[in-house]
Amino acid sequence: MSTDFLEFRGVSKRFGAVQAVDGVSLGIKKGEFYSLLGPSGCGKTTMLRLAAGFETPDAGRVFLDGRDITELPPDKRKVNTIFQSYALFPHMTVRANIGFGPAIAKRPKKEIRDEVDRMLELIRMTGEAAKKPDQLSGGQRQRVAVARALINKPDVLLLDEPLAALDLKLRQKMLIELDLIHDQIGITFLYVTHDQAEAMSLSDRIAVMDGGRIEQVGTPAEIYEAPRTSFVAAFIGDTNFLEGRVEACPDREYCRLAIAGMPPVLCFNDKSLQPGQPISLSIRPEKVHISHERPEEKPQRNILPAVVEDVIYLGSTTKFWVRADGYRIQVLRQHARYFLDEKPLRWKEDCWIWWHADDGFMLDRFRRSDEGLLAVPPQRVGD
Amino acid sequence: MDDGRRKSEKSRFDPLRKAPFRLDPIFRRKAEWLVTLPTFLWLTLFVAVPTLLVFVIAFRPANPYGGIGAGWTLDNVRALATPATLAIAWRTLWISLLTTAISLLLSIPAGYTIARASERWRNRLLMLVIVPFWTSFLVRVFAWRSLLHPEGPVKRVLEALGLVGPDATLLYNPAAVVLVMVYTFLPFTILPIYAAAEKFDFRLTEAARDLGARPFQAFRKVFLPGIRRGLLTAVLVVLIPSLGSYIIPDLVGGPGGEMLGNKIAQRVFTDRNLPLAAALSAVLVLAVLAPLAGVLVLQRKSKKADIIMGEAP
Repeated sequence: MSTDFLEFRGVSKRFGAVQAVDGVSLGIKKGEFYSLLGPSGCGKTTMLRLAAGFETPDAGRVFLDGRDITELPPDKRKVNTIFQSYALFPHMTVRANIGFGPAIAKRPKKEIRDEVDRMLELIRMTGEAAKKPDQLSGGQRQRVAVARALINKPDVLLLDEPLAALDLKLRQKMLIELDLIHDQIGITFLYVTHDQAEAMSLSDRIAVMDGGRIEQVGTPAEIYEAPRTSFVAAFIGDTNFLEGRVEACPDREYCRLAIAGMPPVLCFNDKSLQPGQPISLSIRPEKVHISHERPEEKPQRNILPAVVEDVIYLGSTTKFWVRADGYRIQVLRQHARYFLDEKPLRWKEDCWIWWHADDGFMLDRFRRSDEGLLAVPPQRVGD
Repeated sequence: MDDGRRKSEKSRFDPLRKAPFRLDPIFRRKAEWLVTLPTFLWLTLFVAVPTLLVFVIAFRPANPYGGIGAGWTLDNVRALATPATLAIAWRTLWISLLTTAISLLLSIPAGYTIARASERWRNRLLMLVIVPFWTSFLVRVFAWRSLLHPEGPVKRVLEALGLVGPDATLLYNPAAVVLVMVYTFLPFTILPIYAAAEKFDFRLTEAARDLGARPFQAFRKVFLPGIRRGLLTAVLVVLIPSLGSYIIPDLVGGPGGEMLGNKIAQRVFTDRNLPLAAALSAVLVLAVLAPLAGVLVLQRKSKKADIIMGEAP
């Protein structure tokens, strides 16, 4: 595509016995906030290092603004990195750290000073210019790393888990700051993280990676609401997996699924599946409703009787583990007024669960191992 | 940075660590003394006292029997100012500085390479650095003598290549002294530089490359400052023994390659003039103490800075 600003074309990279990146093609548009999301060891950091020029791919090419940069060394690429460890130069002051790029480029001293002052203002650290990195807090170091990269006006800013070293509150604060900076300067961000919440809240688009491959690319909503593989469904948020077969397709829109031990389940057919095909159904816990009362029958509503096996109070929500037709299913329920709610559901109580046919997703590819990514059901914890 | 903070937090929050301080400071002070005492006595007896004696004897006259005469004199100090002595002192200084410079120049790439090598290769390379220690220092210097000998292999190869004339002497000159000294001290400079480079965070040079630095710029502006403590140690480890070296110039130096150490030996064994030897030694001791004191001041400074950083919020 001609509109892609940073493009990976069939890129592979192997380290010894480990295939870190396996034939990945990706296109990132100009000004986009693009995230690579995946568990550790999925190859996302290698992708970043390929973009930065610290690694050269075994196969495939990398393009920036239509130019092949595969063989260019890091200092010749208009790309800057924010390292997970920040990698601030410990023997230099904040000012010298931020001014490192322009100083290497032999820009006039006066110009560098003004430019650094502007950056210090942007990160609100004018008072800390003379300090060494050791004298800064984690958040301040992170901001210096951002300023040191941005002062070079890169075409693409690469961020390698920049918030991983910060505590939760600081992370939330920096998250907002990063978002503001991206909106202010409008350059392309390639953001690597294993934290789905970070990726979700910042990104225009996300590429979910696993085992050196791209599992799915899409907006945060697409990734969450319409996961294509069991890995994506399980890695992004929580889900319930039910395995079965397509029994019949009464109309173009919906399929009836046969799941062993359950009455037929209706599901939205977004992949034009044919009867007889084996499928794996994914239903998000918050899409499943739960109540003491049997709900009203509706054409696209799947209703099952169940027994509450566990109740986990999570503050803003409560998670129920219920057993329905022998399957353990998790249900997440928001409660606005916890104590004033209808009679609360307790252990061992009979209940009804239901979900709309549009809220289930049939997955292209199902791997047993992806179930390991799900929250461990309590019965397994006890074993 | 992080370490400092963790340490200070620990001492603030860990009651077990603080308990001995509070319970029995006198006992603790005593224990510290007992542990330090043997070293302290040893150093006083065998380093401080002899050094002071050297300084004292430098101001005593010599007697004709090779002993120390009665009374006090400044003759020995005056004798130091003769052109011959000054020339030797100057030669000692430049040979030592040159040796230090060449050793560093060779050790930095070596230390860098070893630190960057894979673990398997790292151990092999370190082994290669250490292997020479298995042979006596004296034997190795004698080996150089036969290597550099007019009939020796080095001379023959150089002559065959037309690099030196048939009359050139490789032995018995200052160049030979520098060569053998660099050879001797190289392991001592490679090891501290390697140790510093091994702890160096190479993501910093990556960051420098990322910000536009060419490989050599990243090396000079980020790597070298990062291993400056190792460099400092390496300088001391070569410079101080070089200033006082005696065996190497004695065996490969010849008259044109003599250093202060040889002069001191001559005063003691040939002239049997102990006070003059003591005066020369005193100069050498001061020359050695000067760089050491300089480094101590530098280290004190950086240590203070470390403490401040550790306490910083």
